[in-house]
This record gives sequence, structure tokens and C-alpha cells, in this order.
Amino acid sequence: MSKSDRPLSPHLSIYRWPITMTLSILHRATGVAMSLGFVVLVAWLFDVASGEESYAIFVEAMGSTIGGLLLIGWSFAFFFHLSNGVRHLFWDTGRGFEKQQANASAWFVIVAATILTAGFWGLLP
Amino acid sequence: MAEFRLPPNSRIRKGKHFKAADGSGEVRRFAVYRYDPDKGENPRIDTYEIEIGSCGPMVLDALIKIKNEIDPTLTFRRSCREGICGSCAMNIDGGNTLACTLSIDDVKGDVRIYPLPHMPVVKDLVPDLTNFYAQYASIKPWLQSRTPPPPDQERLQSKADQELINEPAACILCACCSTSCPSYWWNSDRYLGPAALLASYRWLVDSRDDATGERLDELEDPFRLYRCHTIMNCTQTCPKGLNPAKAIAETKKMLAERRY
Repeated sequence: MSKSDRPLSPHLSIYRWPITMTLSILHRATGVAMSLGFVVLVAWLFDVASGEESYAIFVEAMGSTIGGLLLIGWSFAFFFHLSNGVRHLFWDTGRGFEKQQANASAWFVIVAATILTAGFWGLLP
Repeated sequence: MAEFRLPPNSRIRKGKHFKAADGSGEVRRFAVYRYDPDKGENPRIDTYEIEIGSCGPMVLDALIKIKNEIDPTLTFRRSCREGICGSCAMNIDGGNTLACTLSIDDVKGDVRIYPLPHMPVVKDLVPDLTNFYAQYASIKPWLQSRTPPPPDQERLQSKADQELINEPAACILCACCSTSCPSYWWNSDRYLGPAALLASYRWLVDSRDDATGERLDELEDPFRLYRCHTIMNCTQTCPKGLNPAKAIAETKKMLAERRY
């Protein structure tokens, strides 16, 4: 029997996710989400340059419920990526690698990103 | 590459259910991954009911009881039964650990037992560790010295220097950490994984070793070291309480610092 015939043992489907693993994939997901958000940012600039009429269409689209949810999602992605990025900077200096520290900093990032997002929308005029 | 679904020959089917004898005391259920290479069938999950009162306290005791009393074909590695040989590493209750040091009482509900994740399965709970050992060998896990030892004594170390290698040298190469790492799941052909990198760090910080530069050269590669994205599964799961993630971070620091 050749080696390649051997089955592969299950992985993602059976592994219990530690909080640090969840944050790691969220960091990547929020990065991807923000890249998509840049397309909307460009569309916004494009519509501003194209005149009042096209800008009104953009404002209406983003003013809808779905548009609003997307904007909140992107702002959360930004604040999450920012907070977790700072966590990564600490790690780059060799700090915060004990299990308890990494778990605590993970929860700190979640709370910080949530507060920053809520604060951002709360402070908007 | 990240391949999230199991290949067709690896998808798990329902297996047999072995009920406890009537009149048994408190019963626990063990759901165990089974694969028989001689049958040409897909892997399956067999469920065994064990009377807990007549079983030892550890998960390994239950596996041995199953093999002795219910199903002698059940195959797994084990040796020391005290957490120092690393043979009985497997995925229990969603985490990688040693069956001999995990108490059955610490698992809630059915005890789900799989081989170490994302590895080729030889039989039942026995994964093929060939690649894992080859990666360990590739970091040259031995002392490389350019200087002759003193003629009348060993190469001495200060207490502080010894303490640097104390923890990384306690690794038993059970492979729990490497097979818990998603980065290793997707790139085990090119990423060395936490176990080999912890071993590498053990020699990088050894005051008697003179090959630090060459060792770091070997790691300066997009995959071997830098596929670590600080997911931290290695440190979370290590049954010896070691910290491969920190060792990898320190190695990255050594590479950054020697540039300036």
C-alpha cells in the first residue's frame, strides 16, 4: 500500500478552537474585509468627483439598512485589526506569550474593538 | 495549501456501537476513530460504553480496557503511561494531548478520540510521523562546536546559561503542538512546525553551540519559520506546558536583531 492511500486524519472539523485561534483567523478576515471596503471608499471618491447626482445615489445606498450594517462592519473590522495589530507588535518584542497573557489580551482586543466601534458611531454628529 | 475538506477516502462513516453489559455501574461513552488499512473502507467512529468503576482514571486506561476486553483490534501507541515518552499523543475532546495524563473526569460528555489532526493515518489512532521526524532531523538537533573541549573536563555552562535551555530541552517530541497548528496543517511540506522550531531554539540559545549563524541562515526562508502566525495553538495544547510560540518569537527576534 502506498503512503498516499492513507486517509488524512480530521482537523478543522474536530478541533476545539482556543480563543487565540479565533482571533487569528478574525485578524485575517477583517484584513480581507477592509480590502473590500477600499473598493467602496474608491466608489465614494469617484462619486464625489462625478457630481451631485451620482453622490446622491451613493449616499442613498449607504444610508440604507444594509449599507449602514456594512459601514458598521467595516468600522469594526478597522478597530479590531488595529487593536489586534498592536497585540502583534507586543508579541514581536517577545512579550505576552504566556498562555494566560495571550488569552487575556485576546479578550482585551475584543472588548477594545467593540468599545471603539460603539464610541466612533456614538461620537458621529 | 489550505484544503478544508477531507479527501474522499478520509471522510468518516458511522461505525459500531458496543453497549455496556446489563447491570453495569456508571457508564461513560468513548467515541473512537477507527481505520483499518486492510479493509479498503473509509474511517469510521466506533462507540464503546465503559463501566467507569472498573476502569483506571486516565483516558489511556480506558483505551487499554477497550483493547483488552471489547475489541483487541483497536490500535494505538503507548509506552510509559506517565507523560514522558510521548507515544500516546492523540486528539481527545477537541485538543491534542497525551492519553496517559488526561483524566477521564476532566472530559465532559462523550470522550471523543481521534488521531493527531491532519496527518496520514497508518491505522486507527496511529499517525505516520515520518515527515515530523525528518523535520526534527533537519534542524540538526545536536551540539555543533568549533572549539575543542577542555582536555580534563566537560564543557561547562553557567547556571543562567543552563536555564535558557532547560524548558525547550524538556520537549518529548509527542507532536501535539505541530499537529494542532493550522499553519502546519496547510503547509507541513515547507513549514517546520512548532516542535522542530522549539528544538531549533534549544540549540540557538545553547552557550556551547557555535553554529548559531548557520542555524539562523537555515531558518531565513518564507516558509520554514515565518509561516508561524502566532495562532498560539501549540502553546495552548502542549501537554508538558512548554511554550513553542514564545521560542519561535524569540527566533524571529534573533533574525531581526542580527540584521542591525
